[in-house]
Amino acid sequence: MSNPQQLRYTKEHEWLSDAVDGVATVGITEFAANALGDVVYADLPAAGTTVTAGETCGELESTKSVSDLYSPVTGEVVESNQDVVDDPSLVNSAPFEGGWLFKVRVAETPDDLLSADEYAEFSAG
Amino acid sequence: MSTAPRLTALDALHRSLGATMTDFAGWDMPLRYGSERDEHTAVRTRAGLFDLSHMGEITVTGPQAVDLLDHALVGNISTVGNGRARYTMICQEDGGILDDLIVYRLGETEYMVVANASNAQVVLDALVARADGFDAEVRDDRDAYALIAVQGPESPGILGQVTDADLDGLKYYAGLPGTVAGVPALIARTGYTGEDGFELFLKPEHAEGVWKALTEAGAGVGLIPCGLSCRDTLRLEAGMPLYGHELTTALTPFDAGLGRVVKFEKPGDFVGRKALEAAAERAETAPPRRLVGLVAEGRRVPRAGMSVVANGEVIGEVTSGAPSPTLGKPIAMAYVDAAHAAPGTEGVGVDIRGTHEPYQVVALPFYKRQK
Repeated sequence: MSNPQQLRYTKEHEWLSDAVDGVATVGITEFAANALGDVVYADLPAAGTTVTAGETCGELESTKSVSDLYSPVTGEVVESNQDVVDDPSLVNSAPFEGGWLFKVRVAETPDDLLSADEYAEFSAG
Repeated sequence: MSTAPRLTALDALHRSLGATMTDFAGWDMPLRYGSERDEHTAVRTRAGLFDLSHMGEITVTGPQAVDLLDHALVGNISTVGNGRARYTMICQEDGGILDDLIVYRLGETEYMVVANASNAQVVLDALVARADGFDAEVRDDRDAYALIAVQGPESPGILGQVTDADLDGLKYYAGLPGTVAGVPALIARTGYTGEDGFELFLKPEHAEGVWKALTEAGAGVGLIPCGLSCRDTLRLEAGMPLYGHELTTALTPFDAGLGRVVKFEKPGDFVGRKALEAAAERAETAPPRRLVGLVAEGRRVPRAGMSVVANGEVIGEVTSGAPSPTLGKPIAMAYVDAAHAAPGTEGVGVDIRGTHEPYQVVALPFYKRQK
């Protein structure tokens, strides 16, 4: 399992892209998707919602459990991924690509996000 | 008791297949190998292969083996023919369910009781205690068997390639000794998936060879290895109870809607008879909560322990819930007050983390295979 080098990561297993025009994309990692099992329902923050770094902003439900979704940054959601709402299995099949969860206009980024290598080490436990 | 998980004879094989493992009743068991929904669908439409070696086998032998079982269990074991099996329960003196069981009659005076992994010790202890005064021996055979199940519509064709046993003559809930992939096995037409299928009790040292032979025999028809995650959704769709969820010591078989397993007409006294007679009467006249099926109108999944609500009041509790791959919707089993238990009852919901999500009350099972 490889974590894209250009992304940054949280200990809650979210990834964050670099911001383009101030807007960054958020998803969960392949490690998290594998741990969840088949995702069957995604409750994502709607456009216009303010999210806060480290706080819950939605939930992902799998066959066995429901998990809170944490925002890696503070800002305003500009779009959530309707494709994932319609077909949550995208989170499993393409967690770093088509299975992204929401885009956020970043107001503040915590300084403790992990690099790909740091996250790999963290998730290897 | 040691805290290190117990490993089945197939442990190395599961790891080589990349299984995600989980602790289940002290055993390290495969939860899933890939997608649990794919595994579920394979069993419904083709076939799946399971390691169920955590199940607890207890052998009861001797001239009074059947008398002991009739005394210790709620079923009428003396009516089980040689080579047949029976679903039954073992209850406390107060009628509370200690476990649900399958009893296989292996010979004239030999029976195998298969208990849930989580209750195997409890069942063993109860049988040993209840054997007092009977000319019968109760033997712990948990380590004597591995258990492999092949389940799904393709399973007769798959198993038929590696055994000479007469599978056409083997009825549902029957079992016979035979040879599978060159080794001795007890072949039973039982399962916990709602599909046709077989359970193979064999020596642990033979498990890997049989697993590989079945894998090979099933490769052409889509057999895949399956974990406990899909076993749970398969049994839930089939409306089959799971101990610790639908069945507990706080409930009698009548409370669980399974009063039919209690055979008052059998001769002699049995443990729990008096309490169960009262429970039967109560179920008839003033039924407590009933076990029902719930089907979601939305997509949020009910989980065990969540409250069932109507008109803002709690009217029941979810015992099992999962997204149903076959129905494409979340489903649950729940105990609800009798007034809200009729299929089609309006206005029933489940409190999912503070939101009352609407649910339809339906009769169980959710899924029944076409024969």
